[in-house]
Amino acid sequence: CRSLAARLGPVCLDAASFSRRRLSFGPQFVYTPESADKSLGETSRMNLFQAVTSALDNTLANDPSAVVFGEDVAFGGVFRCTVGLKDKYGKDRVFNTPLSEQGIVGFAIGHAVAGATTVAEIQFGDYIFPAFDQIANEASKYRYRSGNHFNCGSLTVRAPIGAVGHGALYHSQSPEGFFAHLPGIKVVIPRGPIQAKGLLLACINDPDPCFYFEPKILYRSAVEDVPVNGYVLPIGKAEVLIEGSDVTLIGYGTQVHVLREVARLAQSELGVSCELIDMRTILPFDEETVYASVCKTGRCLIAHEAPLTGGFGAELAASVQEHCFLNLEAPVRRVAGHDTPFPHIFENFYLPHQRRCLAAIKDLIGY
Amino acid sequence: RLRQSLLGRLPGLSNARRLLSAPPSGMPPDDEKPMFPGSRSSFTTQLDFIHPENFEGIPVYRLVNRRGDLVDGAPEPTLAGNKDLCLQVYETMLQLNIMDKILYDSQRQGRISFYMTSFGEEGIVANAAALNPNDLVFCQYRESGVLMQRGMELERFMDQCYSNDSDMNRGRQMPVHYGSKDHSFVTVSSPLATQMPQASGAAYAFKRMQNGLCVVCYFGDGSASEGDAHAALNFAATLDCPVMFVCRNNGYAISTPTSDQYRGDGIAIRGPAFGIPTVRVDGNDVFALYEVTQQARQLCLTEMRPTLIEMMTYRLGHHSTSDDSSAYRSVDELSFWDREDNPIIRMRKFLTKRGWWSDEQETATKQAIRKRVLQKFAQAEKRLKPNPMEMFSDVWARMPPRLRQQMEDTRRHLEAETSHYPELKNYKPIADVE
Repeated sequence: CRSLAARLGPVCLDAASFSRRRLSFGPQFVYTPESADKSLGETSRMNLFQAVTSALDNTLANDPSAVVFGEDVAFGGVFRCTVGLKDKYGKDRVFNTPLSEQGIVGFAIGHAVAGATTVAEIQFGDYIFPAFDQIANEASKYRYRSGNHFNCGSLTVRAPIGAVGHGALYHSQSPEGFFAHLPGIKVVIPRGPIQAKGLLLACINDPDPCFYFEPKILYRSAVEDVPVNGYVLPIGKAEVLIEGSDVTLIGYGTQVHVLREVARLAQSELGVSCELIDMRTILPFDEETVYASVCKTGRCLIAHEAPLTGGFGAELAASVQEHCFLNLEAPVRRVAGHDTPFPHIFENFYLPHQRRCLAAIKDLIGY
Repeated sequence: RLRQSLLGRLPGLSNARRLLSAPPSGMPPDDEKPMFPGSRSSFTTQLDFIHPENFEGIPVYRLVNRRGDLVDGAPEPTLAGNKDLCLQVYETMLQLNIMDKILYDSQRQGRISFYMTSFGEEGIVANAAALNPNDLVFCQYRESGVLMQRGMELERFMDQCYSNDSDMNRGRQMPVHYGSKDHSFVTVSSPLATQMPQASGAAYAFKRMQNGLCVVCYFGDGSASEGDAHAALNFAATLDCPVMFVCRNNGYAISTPTSDQYRGDGIAIRGPAFGIPTVRVDGNDVFALYEVTQQARQLCLTEMRPTLIEMMTYRLGHHSTSDDSSAYRSVDELSFWDREDNPIIRMRKFLTKRGWWSDEQETATKQAIRKRVLQKFAQAEKRLKPNPMEMFSDVWARMPPRLRQQMEDTRRHLEAETSHYPELKNYKPIADVE
């Protein structure tokens, strides 16, 4: 860059000022790999998208009715989640659909109603909205409205969500809040490869239609030794990742890793002991684990990328204050994306990063 | 060489490789045939817009005319060769019509909350008669005739309309939202056209199951405008799904006439645009309908692809009990279809001319049907509504703790405040459910 600057003359900024101004478009956290239960057997090094492929591979191998489809799924998918599956299982089981989210989800619901295991992919969570009628008015209500004569329980819809560094309005959204409001479906968000495979397999095997949102920033950056065989992790159960005594931190997906950092900084900078909970399932959410933790610590910080108002944090906050009121030392706090569309160049000021969360913890402690 | 080496690295482009590097003799030069991906046609130097108004509409297939006579030159209809089936279809249409009259009136009397009739469209019974009873049916809401033809008992219709304890939907849905697993009839939902891509998906599953069945999907002229309708047709065609789409074009979507609904040649013209074999049929001619349905089913299953049937008909009744159609259509228009051209009157004329039916049989049959319907109606009206706690089951396959808490809170509230809920005496006793 320095020699280029010299050749271009005074018009180009000097290299030093260039590097000062260089913005980071990457993840703002360090991924801490976890290890799988030994009882699950042989493992293989996989990133998150490979863990997804592995789950789909296990499913297609063991369930002859299972199919996987969506836009660009056949060649391997834009996030490589379905690489190799068409060649292995055939194009009648792993296939492209026309470009229509309402068609994809509607088709998927019908396929499930016929009794077959169905895994549909929506290319970006940002594009799930054309399918919202099928999800809200059909999938979630199928069993209820038919007096259990019919259901689409064998349906799983997968979509990548969340900040990726440069996605802006339409490649960064976290839509889980909209889906939390639909009794009849399940909403699941994994934090890493081992979690991803087990939770996806649980969704596929679940008797209710499941919406499985994959944090896209973790597709490549999260790498673990993942069991090669099939296994399930529980839906509807949150997980306490760090035990602590002063503040309960609640998050899901990518935010769990940000909060890990926050817990570390809270200890080193403030001497505060944080308990970290990964919700894992947004709907139906694990009340017991959350209330037990907040009743113990007395302080609660909820963080999510999705905008603040009406976000899932609002439901958690309302429920926590209702059930833990007398144990609270401070109001329940939420640190979330601002009430704006997801911006491009302002991403670092938009997201609920470590410093914003830490500032909220200071408020909680000093209340 | 560079071109060849590039093509060599891209599998599946062997055709292009042959065309671009072939010797001059034996192959057309590249400006004679369009080579765009998927191109099927030829080049032209004639600049002509396709003006849709220059095309005569797709013809309407019909075998028996309004006077009940086989049209000159028409082949003997398959259905007409089966007297028993003809009479069964006719009586089922009569039963549908009579049940509709009684239930419509019961809504006006405040006995049920809502109703939709099938007046003028009873011919759908003939369409159902040509299906396999296990073909999975997805419908809109004006297809009770299909369920009746498949043998669902009269009282089930009324139990659903009354939302009583025998309702298949457990009291959860508005009237006419029928469904029955035993009759392969997927439960009706109010949103329009949502069933259409679902039908495509179910058909795909049936294809993979190799069960020899097809899926049948009913929808109206209005629903055909929805995005879901287009997605459904496109998916069915591209994914080779054995689904028979049947459009009931009855001229109206509530008050909106078809002239406000579309500008093209109805719904039939859209089929070929999506690559789907299509036919337009006189929906008030049960013989034509039966024929068309048989053929469409055959096509679906032998070629493993969708078909589209547009059945032209007329909605004699109001859209629903919440509608008064005199606000938007003339008495003259209505009385023409009522007197001259509806499935019941046209089949009656044919049967009578064949000597298979008479005025006496008409009177006697209608009386018997009416008596039967009224009897079932009275029974349905007396039944209690379901246990209110059934409001909480079947949301998820297993009730989660949070919902269970809501159920228990509701039960306790109702038990504590029973005097403020006098309607509880019309319900089964309150009891927690799973």
